[in-house]
Amino acid sequence: MKFRSVFDIIGPVMIGPSSSHTAGAARIGKMARQLFGRQPEWAKIYLYGSFAKTYKGHGTDVAIIGGLLDYDTFDDRIKDAFRYAEECGMKVEFIEEEGSSEHPNTARIHIGDQEGEFELVGISIGGGKAEITELNGFELRLSGGSPAILVMHNDRYGAIASVTKVLAEKEINIGHMEVVRKEQGKDAMMVIETDQPIPDEVMQQLGTCDHILQVVTIAD
Amino acid sequence: MFRSVSDLIKITEERNIPISEVMIEQEIEESGKTREQIFAEMERNLDVMEDAVEEGLQGVKSKSGLTGGDAVLIQKYREEKQPLSGDLMLEVVSKAVSTNEVNAAMGTICATPTAGSAGCVPGVLFGIKDRLNPTREQMVRFLFTAGAFGQVIANNASISGAAGGCQAEVGSAAGMASAAAVEMAGGTPEQSAQAMAITLKNMLGLVCDPVAGLVEVPCVKRNAMGSSQAIVSADLALAGVTSRIPCDEVIGAMYQIGEKMSSTLKETAEGGLAATPTGKALAAKIFGSAAE
Repeated sequence: MKFRSVFDIIGPVMIGPSSSHTAGAARIGKMARQLFGRQPEWAKIYLYGSFAKTYKGHGTDVAIIGGLLDYDTFDDRIKDAFRYAEECGMKVEFIEEEGSSEHPNTARIHIGDQEGEFELVGISIGGGKAEITELNGFELRLSGGSPAILVMHNDRYGAIASVTKVLAEKEINIGHMEVVRKEQGKDAMMVIETDQPIPDEVMQQLGTCDHILQVVTIAD
Repeated sequence: MFRSVSDLIKITEERNIPISEVMIEQEIEESGKTREQIFAEMERNLDVMEDAVEEGLQGVKSKSGLTGGDAVLIQKYREEKQPLSGDLMLEVVSKAVSTNEVNAAMGTICATPTAGSAGCVPGVLFGIKDRLNPTREQMVRFLFTAGAFGQVIANNASISGAAGGCQAEVGSAAGMASAAAVEMAGGTPEQSAQAMAITLKNMLGLVCDPVAGLVEVPCVKRNAMGSSQAIVSADLALAGVTSRIPCDEVIGAMYQIGEKMSSTLKETAEGGLAATPTGKALAAKIFGSAAE
């Protein structure tokens, strides 16, 4: 049963014209913003497949920028997102990629400021739903439908246990979890989707666990 | 949890409650939210739909220039002449068109079940409002009933044009609207299922072939036709007409047809109307060489 809520059918409330090319695109942008944790100063957005071919007509560009500005799918400011981006000093650039991608509606978002950079690949899978397939070079799958925690950590024994122990103590149930690493013993990442929202104090506690480098969250 | 239309109807008959109530109770169980919260959330969707209908009736134009202004034309015609298909029918159609014109112009809409098919449900709901004089609660219930049928389609077939063609989008939306209209008009749950079956049967095989890949041509007018079908089917069901093929089997047929449909006819803008000389010329004009 893929569709469990009536609001998957009657909803979402959104700025038109396309649930996949507009609402889904805005959600990808917003996930990038939330994972980066602050307003980026610049954004390079690479579009693939159907996104690359039809983004102007569908407002995929303004939707992604709107997401990067932390707007929801129904935020009327999406239409004028270019202007709002300029007003808050965010430089944006769109690159239409010729090459094919696994999914027709794919965007690679590279954002940053003087403090750091961040990159993700998102796909829009229909009806306004979006997923993340790559984060800073790590391949994974993050659905955005539930609260999620992203943990950058050293690839050492005990790192995973220390994180899940904190969640267990706070009675936060894990619905989906992935652990990925680029190389044995180097940087690794945990992606944890939970059934309950994650309070700030839990995020702070997770940040102090052994071998943990950085912890960020996506609300919903 | 109901998995089929027959499950849904069985629950309503065993417990003597309307379809909307089954959907509300299931949402309470699934989400853990209270009845009041769920009702308020759906009422917010209703408000969005109402605003979109009104906005479109004032006249809007999409960025591409392909769509906009037809809702105004239809309303003007309705006021000045005597429409062949009747006053209520054009009221329904103008409001469906109005919603999709707002969607094409990047206005705010509620996806029902998708943005491209967002006109059918509010078109029918606000089109029959003056005839049936529903309470606000009945209008919110209309959306829960529509959602119940949509959920069965989404879980057993598809509500995505890319996966199942336009039959899965406007077909589903029209079917949902007709079933909900029957409940609002005082019909039985079984009659709602019949209306849904009749509507969907007549939408089978409809391809998704948007010009330039935009949710405009033919999407806006497909919502006009979807909403009118919904009204006709609701009337047939209320009159006692039944579908020889049960509703769940019609949904199954829709899934099979969607599977067999060529990908050029499933939201890729490579076939059908998108591939006509005019369709291609419009795409080239809007996107320049990128659409070639």
